[in-house]
Amino acid sequence: MLKYRLIPVLILKNDRLVQSIQFKRYLPIGGAKIAIEFFVNWDVDEIVLLDIDATLKKRQPQFDLISFFARKCFVPFTVGGGISSLDDIRNVIKAGADKVCLNTAAIRFPELITRGAERFGTQCITISIDAKKNSQGEYEVYLLSGKEPTGMHPVEWAQKVEALGAGEILLTSIERDGTKQGYDLELTRQVAQAVSIPVIACGGVGRMEHFVEGILKGSAHAVAAANIFQYTEHSTIIAKAYLKKANIDIRLSSDVTYEGFTIDEAGRIT
Amino acid sequence: MSLIAVIDYGMGNLKSVAKALQKVGGKVIVTHDSKTIQQADKIVLPGVGAYPQCMSNLKAHGLVDVVKEEIAKGKWFLGICLGFQLLFEESEEFGPSTGFGILKGKVKRFPQSPLKIPHMGWNGLALRHRSPLFEGIPHKSSFYFVHSYYVVPKENEIISGETFYGIPFCSSIQKKNILACQFHPEKSQSLGLKVLENFVHL
Repeated sequence: MLKYRLIPVLILKNDRLVQSIQFKRYLPIGGAKIAIEFFVNWDVDEIVLLDIDATLKKRQPQFDLISFFARKCFVPFTVGGGISSLDDIRNVIKAGADKVCLNTAAIRFPELITRGAERFGTQCITISIDAKKNSQGEYEVYLLSGKEPTGMHPVEWAQKVEALGAGEILLTSIERDGTKQGYDLELTRQVAQAVSIPVIACGGVGRMEHFVEGILKGSAHAVAAANIFQYTEHSTIIAKAYLKKANIDIRLSSDVTYEGFTIDEAGRIT
Repeated sequence: MSLIAVIDYGMGNLKSVAKALQKVGGKVIVTHDSKTIQQADKIVLPGVGAYPQCMSNLKAHGLVDVVKEEIAKGKWFLGICLGFQLLFEESEEFGPSTGFGILKGKVKRFPQSPLKIPHMGWNGLALRHRSPLFEGIPHKSSFYFVHSYYVVPKENEIISGETFYGIPFCSSIQKKNILACQFHPEKSQSLGLKVLENFVHL
């Protein structure tokens, strides 16, 4: 049966790889090209690349960069940021992406989900949902990288995108993003249990146990993170070792031994 | 060094197959030219898109007979995903749609169940008999799948690997010089590259 997936998310802003904190502050990490060369050889099941200021600055996706990444990437590769038309989807796939990630454009033009799914298959269309609690304490979907409220509950929007033809959902908690407190498990569970397409949990991983919680308590089908993978040595391998220890059915790379080492409180190999 | 022709029939992303073969040392040409395919030492038929559309594109380029002849001559052939399904007699996809008919059997849609269609993601490959394609691949390794239809071969003995998704299904075959798999080796990281390397070194 299908394995649970571990997915690093690379966040690009002004062509630099950044660490995002609650969608408000951004710390530079470095060049994107070096990062992808690391990740493609690590124990990851998929890679997501998000260009977070493309839509805000009304820029197109960076086809050259996508094509550079795709040439080196031998796992499924998802690309988001600045995709607002069927032509954009076609060109991103032509540049070598396996799936596209739609967020603001999906909310503004929901028919793009259906058209994209009809033309390229539902498996190509990932919908990114950014959510946080509003002033009434209710979960709400935000667009434009967390800048604009939509009035929609994430469960309502998730069910709608599934009906429109989305293949999966990348669900990010804006409040947990960059906080290292773990996934918003309540949000993840609500959405994951309301749809039958896979939900990828994202936002807040600070310790390796958080990946396990995302699956066991959040009902997620895949667990994603950005910052932790950048700052911890052997991070993807340690994450898989944690998932394996929790008896979660994951893909294990034949190049790696997952036993015989211990991990300290900071998640480092000792 | 042998030359591998990756058949381009205008359906989409063939780059990933070509670059993966190159990564493991293959000399590759992406082509829809009959002569080039005839001159190549090996053939790879990747698969993207819908069954009838692919068949009609291949026919329009005059490639169906060329591929059949080259396979009959004993040239090594690797079919991937739809390129695997096309080898059989017919598919339920928009059909019945007619395939190459080189191998006996049909392509069926996954039955209705709570499981999502397409079958998309990493799943295990249970090896059923030795195939040079899987040299060095451990039993039950994971590979990356994206498909809604699966192959039911008439000849049981050609099944080299099986995968479980609600039902067990044939996920790879070998019959003499014909090798094919339902999963995408070009997206299956190191073990996928190992499969392609095995093909390059045949």
